[in-house]
Amino acid sequence: MSQNTGSEATGTARVKRGMAEMLKGGVIMDVVNVEQAKIAEDAGACAVMALERVPADIRAQGGVARMSDPDMIQKIQAAVSIPVMAKVRIGHFVEAQIIESLGVDYIDESEVLTPADYTNHIDKWNFKIPFVCGATNLGEALRRINEGAAMIRSKGEAGTGDVSNAMTHMRTIGGEIRRLTSMREDELYVAAKELQAPYALVKEVAETGKLPVVLFTAGGIATPADAALMMQMGADGVFIGSGIFKSGNPAERAAACVKATTFYQDAKVLADASRGLGEAMVGINVADIPVPHRLAERGW
Amino acid sequence: MIVGVLALQGDFREHIAATVSCGHSALEVRTAADLAKVDALVVPGGESTTIIHLAELFDLYAPIKSRIAEGLPVYGSCAGMILLADRIVDGKDGQKTFGGIDMTVRRNAFGRQVDSFESDLKFNGQSLHAVFIRAPWVEEVGKEVQVLSEVAGHAVAVRQGNLLATSFHPELTADMAVHTYFFDEICKGR
Repeated sequence: MSQNTGSEATGTARVKRGMAEMLKGGVIMDVVNVEQAKIAEDAGACAVMALERVPADIRAQGGVARMSDPDMIQKIQAAVSIPVMAKVRIGHFVEAQIIESLGVDYIDESEVLTPADYTNHIDKWNFKIPFVCGATNLGEALRRINEGAAMIRSKGEAGTGDVSNAMTHMRTIGGEIRRLTSMREDELYVAAKELQAPYALVKEVAETGKLPVVLFTAGGIATPADAALMMQMGADGVFIGSGIFKSGNPAERAAACVKATTFYQDAKVLADASRGLGEAMVGINVADIPVPHRLAERGW
Repeated sequence: MIVGVLALQGDFREHIAATVSCGHSALEVRTAADLAKVDALVVPGGESTTIIHLAELFDLYAPIKSRIAEGLPVYGSCAGMILLADRIVDGKDGQKTFGGIDMTVRRNAFGRQVDSFESDLKFNGQSLHAVFIRAPWVEEVGKEVQVLSEVAGHAVAVRQGNLLATSFHPELTADMAVHTYFFDEICKGR
């Protein structure tokens, strides 16, 4: 619908990465229907992720998890004014083409769905729509950025309500960035080899001390305290998947997580936000999940 | 001069960096006590529904409105433009704004994210490369409002008195022309 003339350019790295900049300090919530999307918007979510089953249900029900029905996604787009994201399978570039044609604002190439390609991720430079991808460490994050990801999220272990893996991933990414910044320039070549990441991106991270794109946290966040923990660990914002709508009081928990993400350094606000929320999602300890069933291991 | 940057959600860090690079001190504003310390305010890009929701919850809504009424210089980019508009269309049902500029702003007017774009334009007569992200445009303005930029026949930068608003994000580019205009032309002498 843009009616501009002249020097206008769409789908540039700057507008893709810039979109993620606007989400910072916010909470992106998984929603499976219009009612949940409205609850999320009313609670102050900065975007919603439209999907048919939250990760906890995908985990419980098993089977192959795929892109959601376009009808379901478009109903949610029509219901809310905030950005709408949708997930596609790792490497499934046709699902991505379909989602892009719906005018969705961001694609999550997600390990929560069953991968379509166990070798390659999507070539994200081929799309106007921006992509967010999961990462467990710096090398993985930089490989995704090299493929065109405009935003990175730590993977955590989705659908568990156990924040420990998200913590590990944030510490790993942060630690590897800090290590690069302390290296001599002539050591960065080997660092790039060890990270299995392109030298140019490694050098950029070593110089700036941060990823070239926005870094959110995802996977296992279930409480306002979890959200604030990730923000204090250096996340730019948080994704909450099953944690809200698998809890006793989604509207209040959603609002509380939004408050906690903004006031993550204010323990008084966090205490108030944590009061009277009812039952959190029951959750599963990551250690109890057999390794082949761990979603964070997907992606390469 | 202390420039406050509303730090509830969005790209407030980029506005702080822009403010500092223009030689002013910046303060993150999250509470009414923070607001009381500032001589000017920047409302960043982000989600306007999220920002106004948090402003209401944390008792910033009324104080910001009254500071605007008292003449506080305020600059808003993108979501900030929406929040400075007296009237909005295509907002969330019942969405409030701080208001102050006599204009109607259409939210996400240029389209969804796939329509987000970069473009060269004139801002107050100066050439500028601008980044528009799910950007609003100004649908109509009152007679006190000065239009500083247009794209395809729509106002994308406006000023009314001490209030400045742009549809685009100068905080995402290195060109400080808009921030400089705000600090030098609107905040001067504070």
